[in-house]
Amino acid sequence: MVNEDVPAKPLIIWLGTNTCAGDMLSLLNAKDPGYQELISSIAELRFDYLLGASEGSDAINVLDDLQKNHKAAYILVVEGSIPTRSNGLYSVIGYRNGKAWTALQAVRELGAEARYVVAAGTCAAFGGIYAAAPNPSKCVSLQAVLDRKVINVPGCPINPEWMMGTLNHLIQYGEPALDDYSRPKLFYGETIHNLCQRRDYFDNSIFAAKPGEPWCMYKIGCKGPVTYADCPVRQWNGEHLSWPVKANTPCIGCASPEFPDGDVPFFEHLPDIKLPGIKVTANRVGLLTGVVTALGIGAHLMGSILTGRLAETLKKDLPGGSKLKIRPRLKKGHK
Amino acid sequence: MKKIVIGPLTRANNSCAVEVTVEDKKVVDARCSGIFFRGFELILQGKDPRDAAYLTERICGICSSLHGAAASYALEDAAGIKPPRNANILRNLIIGADILQNHVRHLYLFSLVDYLVLPERAPFVPGYTKDKRLEKKKNDTMVQNMYLALEISRLAHEMVALLGGKAPFPHGILAGGATVPPSADVVMNFRSKLQKVNQFIQNQMVSDVYILADAYSDYFELGQRAPNMLEYGLFPCTEQDQERYFPGGAVLNGQIQKFDLSLIKEHTARSWYAAESGPRNPSDGRTVPEREKENAYSWIKAPRYSGVPLEGGPLARLWIKGDYRKGTSTMDRMIARTLEAQKVGALMESWLDELEPEGCIFLPFEVPKNAEGVGLTGAMRGPLGHWLRIENGRIAQYQIITPSAWNFSPRDNQNCRGPVEEALIGIPIADEKQPIEIGRVIRSFDICSSCSAHIITTGTPVREIMI
Repeated sequence: MVNEDVPAKPLIIWLGTNTCAGDMLSLLNAKDPGYQELISSIAELRFDYLLGASEGSDAINVLDDLQKNHKAAYILVVEGSIPTRSNGLYSVIGYRNGKAWTALQAVRELGAEARYVVAAGTCAAFGGIYAAAPNPSKCVSLQAVLDRKVINVPGCPINPEWMMGTLNHLIQYGEPALDDYSRPKLFYGETIHNLCQRRDYFDNSIFAAKPGEPWCMYKIGCKGPVTYADCPVRQWNGEHLSWPVKANTPCIGCASPEFPDGDVPFFEHLPDIKLPGIKVTANRVGLLTGVVTALGIGAHLMGSILTGRLAETLKKDLPGGSKLKIRPRLKKGHK
Repeated sequence: MKKIVIGPLTRANNSCAVEVTVEDKKVVDARCSGIFFRGFELILQGKDPRDAAYLTERICGICSSLHGAAASYALEDAAGIKPPRNANILRNLIIGADILQNHVRHLYLFSLVDYLVLPERAPFVPGYTKDKRLEKKKNDTMVQNMYLALEISRLAHEMVALLGGKAPFPHGILAGGATVPPSADVVMNFRSKLQKVNQFIQNQMVSDVYILADAYSDYFELGQRAPNMLEYGLFPCTEQDQERYFPGGAVLNGQIQKFDLSLIKEHTARSWYAAESGPRNPSDGRTVPEREKENAYSWIKAPRYSGVPLEGGPLARLWIKGDYRKGTSTMDRMIARTLEAQKVGALMESWLDELEPEGCIFLPFEVPKNAEGVGLTGAMRGPLGHWLRIENGRIAQYQIITPSAWNFSPRDNQNCRGPVEEALIGIPIADEKQPIEIGRVIRSFDICSSCSAHIITTGTPVREIMI
């Protein structure tokens, strides 16, 4: 058991907005360190919307106290997207002074006074599944409603180590190096495709025809070529046992800014490449090496670049890519 | 008369709110509300039917594999196909492991917090300090078991990852079958973890729940309601799915009968949905949100069976199976959940022996152009149904009734309360500043995220206490 007598530690708020609780449940799968060490020796998890003992106004008071008396001393972690419809009433945190306190109000108030703000999971980082068309609750990412930098730790759900590692970096070394989407490069610096154990099958055109086969998943929809995350080398959960491709299924791009609308249908492969000067079908794409496979595949990719959903580095590798305009997705002035 | 509002009610898979009315220290009225809306049924429209398994898993982080299963059953029903024999067993093992994860986490991390004196550290403080009855030694052992439960539930999720790629939101359950072949190394790893989980259930969890039941025997009286329950059936015995290990049925006033889906209607009189949304059978359901609606107080619809509010969960399952029929109270629900974990764990060990390492796990199929399908299963908290209609190869209509919609529903069009609202009526509130009784009763249902409850005390003059 961990020593119970420990000195003052960093303060953390873990707030749930429009979420399925999947990210906190994934954090509970962390191993070395696990949740017990997080709350006993690493930090003080002052507010945990899922496991916290307090309820009602006792719970709201904890948040009020942190916001008023611990300015710039706490890390705010938000799990879930932020609905804006009906002034935010599509997600209520609880009741404060007799009134519904919306997630929209809460993240703005708590975010303004936090030392760091972290978006846990794809919903908080990019809007995620609840922001999929027709976006019934008009929900947006955390960054879209905050006028300060948000560190994005996407994934549906987060891998427990992406979050534990990010928190540990903030506590031990300060802010980690971030990419254009404000993601720690430590975890999101490379595509799944480039890290994949089955990359060799792709390069040699050995494709699975259905789920359950041990070959490259590209032709049954794998979004690994356009998804930045280290799933293939890190694996899931706390014990690093498996990941979707190892389970003989396609990566569905759950850590991507465009998830899920840019990734469905999950079992249809990315469109064939039809860029100026290049025409390659999926059947032949695996035979190509070098720039084409490095840049990911096809018109889907081109569309993503035009809408600014892919990283700058990828764009540079495209023929004429440096001339393509990237529409910034993050609000100006956050970097 | 006093009104107590608890919002957020934590440890309920995302927060909910409750408003109770208290008179002479007893609850005389209650309103439970879901306080957030995401709109899955709308998001699914127009999507490839094969995507529904992975998309609907994201309704819930704690019961994701069951949504994956319900969506897969629905598409298999629409396509007129059956999975391979091996796949049925693999899927049962994934959802079984997820159920073990849930039941362990629910008892130790969500429920026991209401009964134990916990370490003086966040997020266990602040918390209610009243009515903690266990003697110190028993209390401290249970706290140690709580920390152990963190490890055990993690192991259960590792089992899901072994056969499903990751957890939550495993990829290993799909219409057509499963995806990880049961090779000797995988089965060995799974079995080793399962045995550790089962030992914990056997040696710690079962005795802990009975120690609790002894100290809080009054909770065999609190939170009771008429034995009106529903279960669709959990774990198909074979790929033909003619029987389930935990059979389905409707319990009306204690009498078990076969359920008839056509008798289900979702009411929306007191829910934030436009009038056209209900009452309707889910095969013809509508979801039109309207937050500004007058007299509504929840995002949860009110499903009713022949007009009756039915409760689901381990108690309903064991009642129908004939394994537990002592009562319908708070403590009965907690004991039934623990006994169910024990039974599921034992079944899983026997299923491992039935796997064929080289056997088929996935059968390709054509997605039908136009078809309808229903996917029914028991989930952690009760009956889960997915209703699917495909037109031109795409999802034209998708309706989901979750267990917590049954359990945590608001009043219906006849103004009848939902099951949790019913269970709260009559419970004593010893100290309205620390109304710990309310959460104990509600959490015994293992309420899932989309919930919000209001608690009000009646009498004059009305005084509001925000908890």
